Amino acid sequence: MSAPRSAEPLQASERPAEGPRAHAGPSVGANANLLEVDRLAVHFSMARKSWLQRGPSPVLQAVSDVSFSIRPGETLALVGESGCGKTTVGRALVGLYAPTRGAIRFQGEDLEQMTQQRRKQCRRAIQMIFQDPYESLNPRLPVSDVITEPLVIHGIGNREERAERARELITQVGLPVDALNRYPHQFSGGQRQRIAIARALGPEPELMVADEPLSALDVSIQSQILNLMSELRERRRLSFLFISHDLAAVHHLADRVAVMYLGRLVEVAPRAELYATPSHPYSRALIEAIPRVGQGRRSRGRAIQGDLPSPLNPPSGCAFHPRCPKAQAICRVEAPLLAPAPGRPVQLAACHFKD
Amino acid sequence: MTELIAGNAPAAASAVADRPQPVWQLRWRRLRRNRAAVLGGIVLLLLVLFAASAPLYERLMGVDVNDTNLLARFAPPSTHHLLGTDEAGRDVLARLMYGGRVSLLVGLASAVSAALLGTLIGLLAGYYRGRTEAILMRMTDGVISLPLLPLLIVFAAIDLQKLGFSEAFVRSPTANFYRIVIIIALVEWTTVARLVRASTLGLMAREFVLAARAQGASARHILTVHVLPNTASPIIVALSLAVGQIILLESTLSFLGLGIQPPTPSWGNMLNNAQELISRAPALAFYPGLLIFVTVIAVNFLGDGLQDAFDPRAEVH
Amino acid sequence: MLRFILSRLAQSLIVLLVMSFLIYGLIGLMPGDPIDIMVNSNPGYSAQDVARLRAQYGLDQPLVLRYWHWLSAAATLDFGYSRTYSQPVFVIMVPALIQTGKLVGLSFLVFSVLALAFGIAAALTKGSVLDRTINLLAFAGISVPVFFLALMLIYLFAVRLGWLPASGMFTIGGAGGVADSAKYYVLPVLTLTAAFAGRFTRFTRASMVEVLRMDYIRTARAKGAGPLRVVFKHALRNAMIPVVTVLALSFGALLGGALITETMFAQRGMGKLIFEAIMGNDFNLALMGLLFATSATLVSNLVADIAYAWLDPRISLS
Repeated sequence: MSAPRSAEPLQASERPAEGPRAHAGPSVGANANLLEVDRLAVHFSMARKSWLQRGPSPVLQAVSDVSFSIRPGETLALVGESGCGKTTVGRALVGLYAPTRGAIRFQGEDLEQMTQQRRKQCRRAIQMIFQDPYESLNPRLPVSDVITEPLVIHGIGNREERAERARELITQVGLPVDALNRYPHQFSGGQRQRIAIARALGPEPELMVADEPLSALDVSIQSQILNLMSELRERRRLSFLFISHDLAAVHHLADRVAVMYLGRLVEVAPRAELYATPSHPYSRALIEAIPRVGQGRRSRGRAIQGDLPSPLNPPSGCAFHPRCPKAQAICRVEAPLLAPAPGRPVQLAACHFKD
Repeated sequence: MTELIAGNAPAAASAVADRPQPVWQLRWRRLRRNRAAVLGGIVLLLLVLFAASAPLYERLMGVDVNDTNLLARFAPPSTHHLLGTDEAGRDVLARLMYGGRVSLLVGLASAVSAALLGTLIGLLAGYYRGRTEAILMRMTDGVISLPLLPLLIVFAAIDLQKLGFSEAFVRSPTANFYRIVIIIALVEWTTVARLVRASTLGLMAREFVLAARAQGASARHILTVHVLPNTASPIIVALSLAVGQIILLESTLSFLGLGIQPPTPSWGNMLNNAQELISRAPALAFYPGLLIFVTVIAVNFLGDGLQDAFDPRAEVH
Repeated sequence: MLRFILSRLAQSLIVLLVMSFLIYGLIGLMPGDPIDIMVNSNPGYSAQDVARLRAQYGLDQPLVLRYWHWLSAAATLDFGYSRTYSQPVFVIMVPALIQTGKLVGLSFLVFSVLALAFGIAAALTKGSVLDRTINLLAFAGISVPVFFLALMLIYLFAVRLGWLPASGMFTIGGAGGVADSAKYYVLPVLTLTAAFAGRFTRFTRASMVEVLRMDYIRTARAKGAGPLRVVFKHALRNAMIPVVTVLALSFGALLGGALITETMFAQRGMGKLIFEAIMGNDFNLALMGLLFATSATLVSNLVADIAYAWLDPRISLS
C-alpha cells in the first residue's frame, strides 16, 4: 500500500474573494486533481401530499456544502451512517442527480458546463459499482450483454470486439468464460458483484465510484471482492471513491477518509490519522464503535446515542449537536466549518471543539 | 495474488445453481396444468380453424355466402345447406364462418391496437414523469370515467365525411373495419396504460436501469432493453383478458347496427337480423349468439389461466 | 376527510368540463346540421331567433365559441330542446332517469346480494364442486353478450312459454299497479343481473380468498372461532373493501348494460333515450344524455374512492 500523500493545506490568504473553504486537497491550478467537488449541494423537492396544501414544498437536503478532491490513483473513502447522503454524492458524480448548488469538476472542467461531447467522455471515465448485486444486473440479460451494455451505449467497438472485451473482462474478475452465456440469477452475490465490476471496467474508466459494494455480501466474500478491487486499482491506476458505512472495510483500501453526517463533511483526514487520532466527536464515535477482537470489555465497541435526524428538518447550528457529548451553546447556533485540527494540518474537521 | 482471485473459479463453477429452468418454460408448465385454460385454448384454436375454413367450405358444398335465394328462405338443414338458410336464402353455416373471421379479426386487431396505444402512453408517462406524466394520467383517468357504450355509439355515429373523407371511402367495408378497430382501441387502451406506467415506474427505480442511465443511455435504449422486456408479461395478461371484452363490444356494436355493416356478416349483425324473426326462426339468433358466447368464454378461461401462470408471486426471482 | 372530498370533487368537475367540451365536439361531427335541427325542434323560434342562433352556433363559428355559448346556456339550466320530442331536454330526461333508476337499482340489489352470497360460499369451500360450479357460472355470466341473453330470455319466457311479457313497462289499457309492472321487470332485471353477477362473484371470491389466507384469520381460527364467526366478524369487512370499490366503479358498465336492456325490452329509460338520441341526430338530447352518463360515472368513482378511504383504516387521507 503506497504511503498516503499529504494534502497541502489551503492558506486562507491565498484565496482572495472567498472565505475559508472546506477543501481537502491541493488548490486548483495544479493539474493534480482528477476530480474536484466544490460545495456540492443536492436538494430534493418533495411532493406535497395534496395539491390543496399551502406553502412551499418540503425540501430534502440530502447533501449540503460538500467539497473534496481526488487525485489520479488515489482512493478516497466516504463514510457515514445510512441516510447521511453519501450515496447521493456518489450518484451525483455519475450524473444521476444534478447538483442543486456547487460544482463537480472532472479534470478541471465543470460537468454541468461541458460540451455534450466532453460530457459523454466523462460518463465513460467515471463508472459506478452499485450496492445491491441482486438488483444492479438486469435479470433478463445474459451476463455477456450485461458486461457489454456500457460499450453498446457508448458506441465502442463492433460486436466481435465487444465480445472479445467481455471475455477479457470476465477473466480479469476471476470468473470462467462460460459465465458469459448464463444469467445473473445463476450466480451468487459475490459473483454478481464481480460481474458488476467487469461491467464497470469495460469503458476503461479513470474514476470508480463504489457505492457500498460490500454491504450486501457475506463477510467471507467481502475480503475477496476487496482484494479484487485492490488489485484492479494497482493494475490500472484507478482512482476510487469508496462509499461505505463500514470503517473496517475502508481501512484496507483508503488513502484518505472523509466522514459525512447529515449531508455535510465533518472530517477529512489521511487514513492513518483518522484511525489513530480522530478529531471530530462523530468520527471518534465511529472509530470506537468498531468491534475489536480480544480486548475485554472495550472490544464490544461503544454505540452512538440517538438516531439520525431527518434530512427534511436538520438541527440548527452544528447538525451533530443533539447527539454530541461535547455540545455547548455555540454548537446549537453556529455551524462549524472544516478547518485543520490543532497541530495536524493534514486533518480537517468541522467542530468547535475538535481534538 | 491472481491465484487468490482466480481460485474462485472452480468454486464458481460448482456454486452456480443447477440449471434452473428459463422463466417461460415454468410458465408454460403452470398453464398446462390449468385444465380450463387448456380447454379454452383448444376451443379457440378450433374456432379459428372454423372461421378460416370458410372458403374451403364454400368450395366443398358448392355454396356462395352472398348468394341470396328468396325462394329458399328459412330452409331447414339439408345436405346442401348444413344449417339451413336465413331470411334471404343464404347459407347459415357459411355466414357463421365468415362472421367468425370478421369478429375474431376485429377482436385481435383492436386488442393489439389498444395494447400498442396503451403501452406507448404508459411508457411515456413512466419514463418522463413530471408534467408529461400528470397530463397523460389525467387523460387516462378522464377516459376511464367515461361511459363506455354510449361513447362508442357516439364514435360509431360520427359522420366521417365531416372529417374530410370521401363518400366512397366512408361507405367501403375497409373503412368500416378500421373504424371499429380504432374506436374500440380508443376506449380500451386505458388498462394497459395504467399497467405499463406502474411497471415502468417500478423499473426506472431499479438499479440496473440506474446503471444504464449513469452511462448516459438514451430513452430508446432504456425503454427497449430494460423496460419493455420486463413489462411484456403484464401486457400479455392484460391483453388476453381484454380480448373477451372486446369481442363482446364489437358484437354489441354490430348488433345495434353500428359495427360491421351488412352484407358483411358478423356474429353481431346476424343477431340483429334475427331479432324480428325470433318467433319464426329462433335458430338464426341462437347460432351466432352461441358462437360469441363460446368464443368469449374460451378467451376468458385462457386469459385467466395466463394470469395465474404469469403470477409474479409464484415466480422465484 | 373533508379536504379529500373537496379535492376530488374539484377534480371531477374539471374532468366533467373537459369531457363536455370533447363530447360537444364529437356530437358536432354527427351527421346533420345542428342549426337546422335546433330550429326545427323548437316551434317557438322566430326568424330573428334563427338568425341569432346561426350566428352563435353555426358550424362556421370556431368550435370553442360555439361550445362557450352552449356552456353559458347550460349554466342557467337551459339545456335546449330535443328535436325528436320537441320539448325541453330537461322535461324529457327526468322520467327517463326515474325509469332507469328503478331498473338499475333493482338489478344492483339483486346481483350484489347474489354475488356476495355466491362469492363467499365459493371462497369458503375453495376447491370443492360447489366452488367450481359457481366459478363456471360466473365465467358464463361474464362471457354472454347481454343482447343475446335478453333475446334468449324473451324467446323462452315470452314467446314459447308465454309467462312473461316480451317488452314494455306496463300493460296498455290495463289497471296498472305494482303487481302488473312487476311482471315487466322480471326479464330485464334477470338480464342485467346475469351479466354483472358473474363478474362480482369472481371478484368477491378472489377478495375473500385473499383475506382468508391472512395470518389474523388463522389466529381467529386457532382461538376456536367457528367458521361463520370467522367470516362475519373478521374476514368480511376487509374483503369487502376492494369489492365495494369495484361495485361503485362498475356503474359506467351498468349504464351500458342498461342501454341495451332498455332497448331490447322497450323500456323508456336513459339508456334507450341516449341511444335513440344519438341515432336520431338529436344533438341536444344526445349531448345532455352523455353528460349525464359521464357525471354519473364520475360520481360513482368519487363514491368508490371515498368509500375505500373510509373503510380501509390504513389509508390516510391527509
